[in-house]
Amino acid sequence: MELTSEEKAALNGEHGDTLQTAYRILVATGEATNADKLIPITWAHLSGVNYNTIGDAGEQFLRELSKDARVKVKATVNPMGIDFDHISEFNHIDDEFIKKQASIRDSYIRMGVEPTFSCTPYDIFDLPEKNTQVSFAESNAAIFANSLGGLKTNKESAFSALASAITGKSPYSDLRKHDISTPMTIRMKIDNPSELDFGMLGFFAGKVGDTSVNISGVSQPNRRSCKALCGGMGTSGTCAKFQFVDTEDNTSEKVDFGKEEMNEVFDELNTSEKGDIITLGSPQLGLEELSDLSKMLKGKSFEKRCMIFCSRAVQDQARTLDYINEIERAGGEILSDCCTCLTPLIDTNETDAVTTNSIKGAYYLKNSTGVDVNLKPLSKIIEDETK
Amino acid sequence: MSKIIVQGTAQGTVLKTTSPINFLGAVDKKTGTIHDKKYDIFEKSIKDTILVFPHGIGSSVGAYTIYSLKSNHSAPVAMICTKADLTVASGCALANIPMIVVSKKEFDSIQDGNKITVDTKSENIFN
Repeated sequence: MELTSEEKAALNGEHGDTLQTAYRILVATGEATNADKLIPITWAHLSGVNYNTIGDAGEQFLRELSKDARVKVKATVNPMGIDFDHISEFNHIDDEFIKKQASIRDSYIRMGVEPTFSCTPYDIFDLPEKNTQVSFAESNAAIFANSLGGLKTNKESAFSALASAITGKSPYSDLRKHDISTPMTIRMKIDNPSELDFGMLGFFAGKVGDTSVNISGVSQPNRRSCKALCGGMGTSGTCAKFQFVDTEDNTSEKVDFGKEEMNEVFDELNTSEKGDIITLGSPQLGLEELSDLSKMLKGKSFEKRCMIFCSRAVQDQARTLDYINEIERAGGEILSDCCTCLTPLIDTNETDAVTTNSIKGAYYLKNSTGVDVNLKPLSKIIEDETK
Repeated sequence: MSKIIVQGTAQGTVLKTTSPINFLGAVDKKTGTIHDKKYDIFEKSIKDTILVFPHGIGSSVGAYTIYSLKSNHSAPVAMICTKADLTVASGCALANIPMIVVSKKEFDSIQDGNKITVDTKSENIFN
């Protein structure tokens, strides 16, 4: 990879340890993506915020780094483990977790990030103009940005996005160029798919696809389904982009996603016939989804605990627009700054299984939180779990 | 043809899997033990090994898992992949773990359990 003399100097440590570390990460990721140079980016979205995921080593690293590191471009951050406004309602969360999570939060704020604590930055901010180069680490957000937002990003890692935030640069990989080859088309064979079906399609596509896939047989999915697709895809593989195609070209390999393939994904992630609690979110819900939910809940009440995750910014807007009243009246708990994935809010001493419509949530509930999962689309959750 | 992603020298015993690794989901960041039953190296520890695997998958936070392993003295001494993904590349870069990418043929030639040397400055990067 060709570096400018300024970049070389930073890599050699002439501008301090922080920039040297950042450039060392950019050079390694540049080699990994066959990039020939670094280019400017305008927005970095960082992962590695939840104490459950980064642990003591991560907390310490960020505390040290934030003594002198400052972000050079707009930077937003992923969810934490908990919602500090509601922490008193969750007695099982230990003080150590709260202390370490606060330290991580404060380190990011010291570095100058916008305290979004959200996996859905695309639901909070207007997206910049088409083809703008960004660096998004959260996998669902990177896939959304590339596939639906018209932006350009790698499926960044926590450290590559952090290095981008500090330097304002990222390797000029294939994903950042205009024409990337898409050697596979996935043929969607499920009629009238729910958002759960789209999540499973994404999980399947992430497994079989490489960097980018075409998807045929899909017409105008709503935002909830699009987000589910991005979330599922980001969980299972390295795929960073999809495009919906009307007609299939002759050159790409064709793979069907039908009943059989979908059942296989379902059987991998669905391990229970019912849940003790319900979680909605991962990705966090947007304004449109909260509006839908408040309409669906009219005159109904949840029969068990239901945690609903959305970003703080979206929650504030939804309160102003009066979507939240109906949801809270129905017994839904609105939680912000955190999400289903790896949250300690789910008390594993009291919860054996969780009902959710999120494929991404299901994967981490099962593999990281260690509870069983009952998968249902939102419409079925409302039908079965409210009265 | 091998490609250097992160420079360095290391000697160790090969732990090889043909499954892509989700570091956040599958590896205990304190001990280095694989705790996901789906892996053929389930219950084995990647600590002090030369870890040979196709590539990383899944969460971008897996880079922190690699860094944590190093901080907890439970990291592999080097990693060899057939494809470099950003999570593994950036995790190794920050943790100073030598990492190289090799061809499928070279990957197939590396035997599990063998003692090998990785030296990114040498003509034979691994032998």
